[in-house]
Amino acid sequence: MLNIKCPYCGDRAQKEFAYGGDGTVKRPELNKEVSDKEWDDFVYMRKSLRGKHVELWHHIFGCRQWFRAQRDTATHEIFKTAKISEEI
Amino acid sequence: MQKYSVFSLIKNAFSNHQNWDLAWKDPTPKKQYDVVIIGGGGHGLATAYYLAKEHKITNVAIIEKGWIGGGNIGRNTTIIRSNFMFDENAAFNEFGMNLWRNMSQELNFNVMFSPRGIINLAHSDAQMNTYARRGNSMRLNGIDAVLLNREEVKKMIPMADFSDDVRYPIFGGLAQPSAGTARHDAVAWGYARQADSMGVDIIQNCEVTGFDVSAGKINGVRTSRGDIKTKKIGLCVAGSTNILAEKLNMTLPIEAHVLQACVSEPVKPILDGVVTFGAGHFYISQSDKGEMVMGGDLDGYNSYAQKGNLPTIQHVLTGGVALFPFLSRLKMLRTWGGIMDMSMDGSPIIDKTHIDGLYLNCGWCYGGFKSVPSSGWTFAHTIAQNRVHELNSGYSLSRFSKGYLIDEKGLGTKTWIS
Repeated sequence: MLNIKCPYCGDRAQKEFAYGGDGTVKRPELNKEVSDKEWDDFVYMRKSLRGKHVELWHHIFGCRQWFRAQRDTATHEIFKTAKISEEI
Repeated sequence: MQKYSVFSLIKNAFSNHQNWDLAWKDPTPKKQYDVVIIGGGGHGLATAYYLAKEHKITNVAIIEKGWIGGGNIGRNTTIIRSNFMFDENAAFNEFGMNLWRNMSQELNFNVMFSPRGIINLAHSDAQMNTYARRGNSMRLNGIDAVLLNREEVKKMIPMADFSDDVRYPIFGGLAQPSAGTARHDAVAWGYARQADSMGVDIIQNCEVTGFDVSAGKINGVRTSRGDIKTKKIGLCVAGSTNILAEKLNMTLPIEAHVLQACVSEPVKPILDGVVTFGAGHFYISQSDKGEMVMGGDLDGYNSYAQKGNLPTIQHVLTGGVALFPFLSRLKMLRTWGGIMDMSMDGSPIIDKTHIDGLYLNCGWCYGGFKSVPSSGWTFAHTIAQNRVHELNSGYSLSRFSKGYLIDEKGLGTKTWIS
């Protein structure tokens, strides 16, 4: 079981969290013309790195806050977690 | 090549089975090949076999980082079925079913294909309606489908919990009687042996370190055992597709996730076919050895670790015990995991790419094993003819940007919501 440090609540068991996918993907800006490729990249295309991976987690059975984590996808070591507003 | 038969078995018994030929050679890589297949799993081996057999292209190398059959072809739960609703999936997988039926004879290797049927359980009237629709679609595509009521299901799996006070009471199910299981290792070895006998070089312990691409064309591949010149490369590396795509500066609609399975201690025959309990994230079959083979859904986060996490196994077996209470008294022998190429619509990709001479075979999600023959056959066609076959024309890479998704399972873009 992963031990994930919620930036708001501290260390909690993996079962309290839901995964939110790649945390580096940025939605194209609103009120701006978006090309098909930009939209395609945003919706479907993923690097899915082996090694350090920045991703979103949701503390769904806790404080219900979203946050980012940097985790190794091969070893599952979690290097750090940060609030959405913070840099990671 | 030595033909395997009861006579060769008897003949070799006289020499204490010391004089069998090696099933395939261990060649050193040549400088140049017509086609290089990357990945010595089921799909790669089948592709090489059909390249040689159907298209007479035998100057072919299979490059494998580890050993053949050590990846997902040796880690799956061996289910073979074609109970799909969408036309593309139905045609592709039913084509595969016909290859499965003759595989043991064709490969001269007993893959122990055992068509004992599959049942998808339904737990509400609405789900029964959905299954009736799917079953009708299957029958329109020439696939056998039988809608079962509660009593008929009870006759087939009497040991399931049919009481009314359970969370998901059994209303009925959809069966495909011609579905089944096979011995997964034998599939890899059978294809490998035949491909080798037709001149394909199976090169193990050989890792791809880079590609030689210039002016949008493939010129070769760099490996840990030297550079190899080739004009055509077929990528069959489900589970590592993103890693090799990065070396080619490509981004794909794929994420790598771990999927777990487990087997119990062997018991006497109790379950004939495969039973899926979608509502409980659980499916089960019984192997020829008597082990109960079980699995469920993904662990739920990107992973390249070929092992999973305990909460998922616990979740899978909770569903299992809810359906089959007798499982609670079985001991688990093993759990393991394999890395899935999860595509964004739940369907695979078999296509050409923007790089001339680079062919892509990936995104198999939960269903790579049953597709081994059909994938190999269509991918070999795509490589040899430099154009997709009608059977895999739906599995294009461009379908995502064009909006022609084949989202049979309704997983959509969120592969991690399972």
